[in-house]
Amino acid sequence: MAGLAVFLLVVTICLLAPVYAHDIAHVNPFASNLQGTIVLHGKVVQLLQQNTQGLGLGVTPIGPTWNISHYFLGADNQGRDVFARLLYGGRSSLLIGAASALICCLAATILGLAAGYFGGPIDWVLSRIFDIIWAFPIYLLAISLSVVLLTSGLQIGFIHIGPGSLMLPILIIAAVFVPYVARPLRGIVLSLREREFIQAAIGSGASDYRILMKEILPNAAPTIIVFLPLMVAFNMLTESALSFLSIGVQPPAASWGTIINDGLGLLYTRPVVAIAPGLMIVVTAVALNILGDGARDAFDPKAKLRGSI
Amino acid sequence: MGLFIIRRLTSAVLVMFAISVLVFLIFFATPGVDPAARIAGRSATPQIVAQIRHEFGLDRALPIRYGLMMDHLFIKQDLSSYVNIGDRVVPQIISAAPVTLSLVLGAAVIWLLVGVAGGVVAAANRGKFIDPLIMFFGIAAISVPAYWLGEVVNLITQSKLHSSIFSWVPSSGFVSLSANPGQWALHLLFPWLTLAALYAGIYARVLRAELVNALNEDYVRTARAKGLSERRILLRHALRCSLISIVSLFGLDFGALIGGAALLTEVVFGLPGVGQLTYTSLQNLDLPVIMGCVMYGAFFVVLANAVVDVLYAFLDPRVRLA
Repeated sequence: MAGLAVFLLVVTICLLAPVYAHDIAHVNPFASNLQGTIVLHGKVVQLLQQNTQGLGLGVTPIGPTWNISHYFLGADNQGRDVFARLLYGGRSSLLIGAASALICCLAATILGLAAGYFGGPIDWVLSRIFDIIWAFPIYLLAISLSVVLLTSGLQIGFIHIGPGSLMLPILIIAAVFVPYVARPLRGIVLSLREREFIQAAIGSGASDYRILMKEILPNAAPTIIVFLPLMVAFNMLTESALSFLSIGVQPPAASWGTIINDGLGLLYTRPVVAIAPGLMIVVTAVALNILGDGARDAFDPKAKLRGSI
Repeated sequence: MGLFIIRRLTSAVLVMFAISVLVFLIFFATPGVDPAARIAGRSATPQIVAQIRHEFGLDRALPIRYGLMMDHLFIKQDLSSYVNIGDRVVPQIISAAPVTLSLVLGAAVIWLLVGVAGGVVAAANRGKFIDPLIMFFGIAAISVPAYWLGEVVNLITQSKLHSSIFSWVPSSGFVSLSANPGQWALHLLFPWLTLAALYAGIYARVLRAELVNALNEDYVRTARAKGLSERRILLRHALRCSLISIVSLFGLDFGALIGGAALLTEVVFGLPGVGQLTYTSLQNLDLPVIMGCVMYGAFFVVLANAVVDVLYAFLDPRVRLA
């Protein structure tokens, strides 16, 4: 439950990002603000301060002010409010994590159920496809898809997804993780299919659709529900890695991964720019993993008796 | 056994073929921009685009294009970059491979030791304070993005503390094993630890679950009835069976890391391995290099998995006959 509480807290804070940016901090987290100034301890201070050491060339953004109403965590190298960007970035990261997990689990359920229940050629074809994607290193597959799609967007028939759209990372991440959910599900459906109550349903003349929806899906549902929070955590980590490689979320949009990438150049002068989004990722992922463990224990009381956390 | 190896290798070859087709389709047949322009990179002249169109047969049928690409990649091995004109892709990959191998091998030793020890200690003390503690560390290790952890490590060892406690840590980079074994290990120490953290977490959690399951099995009850000590039961009986799942997990993870999943760690620590090569070519959108890295990486994974399966069958006769 602690996991769920922390996760919901993070989600709520990130959803309040526009409220924070407009009403508390009065900043635009996406527009660069190179000449901006703020009032700090009664003095007007440049957001990007001229370096005084060495040759005095270049600028360093101001560090954390620890004042929630302006530049709480300081500015990045474009003079943008890091804290406001952190909240907006969280929205993209969580949205991508959650949406791709939902799409992935939905697709995996349909494919896993079809493969396990119908068997025969359908199963053979689907299983081979799973095998191939499974054998393909996730990052390499995601990188190839991203690098090709991000330059041009995706055009399927009349559906066009633009190059900067968040739908691209969502669909790419969902696609590469499908076999990781679909293969275990197929196994479960295969063993369910041999059980008496399914045989009875077949014997009583129920349609395939009815058996799948009324008999098999409810029994496979716990597995899917246990997978879901873990997938959200996993997908969020994958998104941040892709964004870090600059092939995930595209500017001007931000995600935790892109902010870490922005912070890389400031690592030794303003480490907070890279540290803060990483901590948000860790906290969220830990919460989701604990939530997933909790869900597993709730559906499998034996696991709890065995004393897992 | 011979039959099993043949069967397993045949399927590996089929999967490799399927992957090569998939990669080909991703790079050459996704709807959208002209693939020649994509391969040429951002600042290409029309002449180069026309040259690429001819070289990859982009005006011909799909199967011929596929054949031409495989020819450039594996037979002639003359696929070259259009961003850094003339750089051959395949030799670059081959010269980067030892770096990746050094990184992954060392990390593998660490994560196996730490993961197995963590799992065994947690299972031996289940229900006590130390068990949830280790499991929490496991969750934390799984939840940390590797590249971020690497940056934090860099920040700690290369920043202010570099002049005091961490003065012995060399700046990032790579020294080959044959040149100086001591420096090789020293340069790779923190990359190893960073890369190993995630897998140590996973392995400790998996092994603990397997061990706790095994301890409820009949053969453990028999061993207890014989009056064996708990330590002996845990290490000699339960652990031996539980290690099977660790071995198969290890095969997959090791293959995936060599094949390119160690990319983020290499980038953060400035190690010039295959991952770094993929990363720099991503920055330049240098498609031929990306394509080469992906293809070789995926092939290595398939090969590693096949080798692990054969070893597995060698250890466990049930797999061989199934």
